This record gives sequence, structure tokens and C-alpha cells, in this order.
Amino acid sequence: MPAPKHDAPVSLDTLKAGVWKENPVFIMLLGLCPALAVSNTAVNSLAMGLASTFVLLGASFLISLFRNVIPKQVRIASYIIIIATFVTVVDYTIHALSLELYNALGAFIQLIVVNCMILGRCEAYASKHRVSTTMVNAVGMGAGFTLALFLVGSIREILGFGTFFGIPLFGPDFQVWAVFILPPGGFIVLSLWLVLFAAIQRKRDRMAAGKEGAYGS
Amino acid sequence: MFIFLNALLINNLVLALFLGLCPFVGVSSKINTAWPMGLAVIVVMLVASVCAYGINILLVHFEIEYLRLISYIAVIASAVQLVEMTIKKFSPTLFRLLGIYLPLITTNCAILGMALFQTFDEYSFTQSLAYSLGAGGGFMLALVLMAGLRERLELANVPDVATSAAIAFMLAGLLSLAFMGFAGLGG
Repeated sequence: MPAPKHDAPVSLDTLKAGVWKENPVFIMLLGLCPALAVSNTAVNSLAMGLASTFVLLGASFLISLFRNVIPKQVRIASYIIIIATFVTVVDYTIHALSLELYNALGAFIQLIVVNCMILGRCEAYASKHRVSTTMVNAVGMGAGFTLALFLVGSIREILGFGTFFGIPLFGPDFQVWAVFILPPGGFIVLSLWLVLFAAIQRKRDRMAAGKEGAYGS
Repeated sequence: MFIFLNALLINNLVLALFLGLCPFVGVSSKINTAWPMGLAVIVVMLVASVCAYGINILLVHFEIEYLRLISYIAVIASAVQLVEMTIKKFSPTLFRLLGIYLPLITTNCAILGMALFQTFDEYSFTQSLAYSLGAGGGFMLALVLMAGLRERLELANVPDVATSAAIAFMLAGLLSLAFMGFAGLGG
């Protein structure tokens, strides 16, 4: 886990870190369970990403606000309870707004509680930083998480159903690749994204190293 | 019996429902840590299942179901604490081997997921027990299989970019494909 910067001023980097460099799913491998479980269509994964982002924002805000009040020994328990509260809110909200979505996501809405991405961010970032910095970082992390879910979900929907957001893409003759909506497809798609991200990262590192070398440092 | 088999093989928590992936990837690099981790999870699951069953009756009786999530988490956290203390007392070596992943069983979604599914499906007491035993066994099975595969993989020639996590997921995908073959088992 990358060391959090000592209270640096809020900057674009705080926001961007979560989306790319510290992307919770692709780089830090956090919050994988929901990332795979509900990501068989683009809509589901987007909804899951947004729900998790909301919980992350709410929990980060409260924890950052109370970071000097919560005793160190019981902090994890307190975090979990704060997170569980927000998840219950999300659970009831989705239930009220869209029954269809609620049934599609099933128990996985409640399982946001044990999403290690959220607890991880609360512990590693929110408990050590000012409210403003934390919120910006949480927005970035949430966006990164949503993006990752969306990427996995889109691929699985396009290959597995031949549709994107429910709109057919390939015409009636397309033979769907059913394995991609099933569990194995989730693992395989995620693994391919990981390879892609690692490859891009490596290329960037090499380019950065090359530049430094050119300046003779 | 069917519930047990169902949780063990057909709806394997890790390979079919994607629960508990963090410890699955984190602890599965060696077989001799995979076994005890699996056992610890089984014990926590049994305790949590029994407690969750009791708590749910209370919650329904007092009509405060919205507290379900919070109380389940509290129960699981205490069960994990119990297992942690036991392991620390009886095998300090093992305790060090499992490291951070032991307390992290609390946030293992497999356990909370098991408790929630058991509630949603309205299992009776014995059914819950069978379910939690199957679910825990399934977790251990997946973990040990995966560890075996990854130990072999250490000698294999894996492309640079696909090391550790990516290749582990690819393996999990194949394993999951194999487990899909059990789908017809229950009829």
C-alpha cells in the first residue's frame, strides 16, 4: 500500500490517484468480490460502483470528522459500524427506487459492508487526513472503483449477452459467449484487465526511467 | 445433505459466488498456510451461523430487522477474535504465518455472505448448520486446490506482466470452469 502523503494541499493529484495510480481494483486488488460478483452487465456494475462510492464518501466523511475522537483500540469496530449504517441506508434506498436492480444485486448490496476497499481507505486515509482532503480522495477512489467495475462489466456484457446497456450490438446472428456471464468469465476478464494495466504501468515506468536517464540523474 | 453439497460444490462461495476473494488470493500461495486458514474459516462460519440464526429470531421477534447487518458483523468479529486467541495460544508459529489475514477474516465477505444467504433462504437450524459447514468446506477446498496449483506455478514460466495476481485469477477462472461441471449434481 502506498504511503499516504503528509497533509498535502488538496490537488488534482489527490483526486486522480484513485482513478489511475492507486486504482483500488486493478492496482491494489481491493474490493474484488463485488467487482466480480455483480459485474455481469454494465448497468449492474455501474449501480454497484455508485452504491459503493456513496458508502465510501459517507463513511470517509464521518471517520475523518471524528478521527481525533475515536479511541485507537476500537477504531476498526467503530469504522465497521459507521460503514454498516451507510450500507443499510443504501440498501433501503435501492429497494425503494428500483426493485429490479435490488433483485439483481441481491445480497451483494449488504455485502458492501465487508468491501475491503472501503475499510482499507477508511483506515489508511480517512483516519489520518483532514475532511476536505479525504473527501476529494474518496471521490477519486470511488470513481476508480466504479470505472474498474464498469470496464469489467461492459466486457462481460458485450461478450456474454452481445449487448451494451441492453442495446444489441451485433445483430441477430451473434453467437453469445455465455461463459463470460458465468463466474469463470468474471475471473478471466479481470485477469486480462490486470495484465493490461500492469503492461501499461510497466511501459510508463520505463519511459519515466528513460527520461531520468537522459537528464543524467 | 443437498444443502451441504450445494454449498460445497455447486454454489461454491469462492468460485461461483465470488465471496472471500481477498484471503483466497492472499493466503493461497502455500499449501501449509492454506489448510489452517481453511479450518479457521470453517470454525468461524459454524459459530457465526449458529449466532446469526439466534440473532435473526430475536430481530424478527422485536421487528428490528434493520439492525441485522450491524449485529451480524459484531458476531462475526467476536467469533474471529475467539479463533485468533485460540490459534495464538496453541500454535504461535501458525499465528505468525497467517499474519494479517487472520483478523481480516472479519471482513471476509464469505462469512457475512453465508450468514445473509442463510437468512434470506430461511433455513432451519439444522439446515443452517449444514449450509455453513458446506460453505466453509467449499472455501477450504478452493483455497487448498488453488494453493496446490500456485505451488506448481512457481516453477512455470509465466510472462512478466502476468505475475502473481493476474495469473492467479486466470487459474481461478479455470478452476471455476471445472467446478461448473458440478452444476447438474443436485438435479
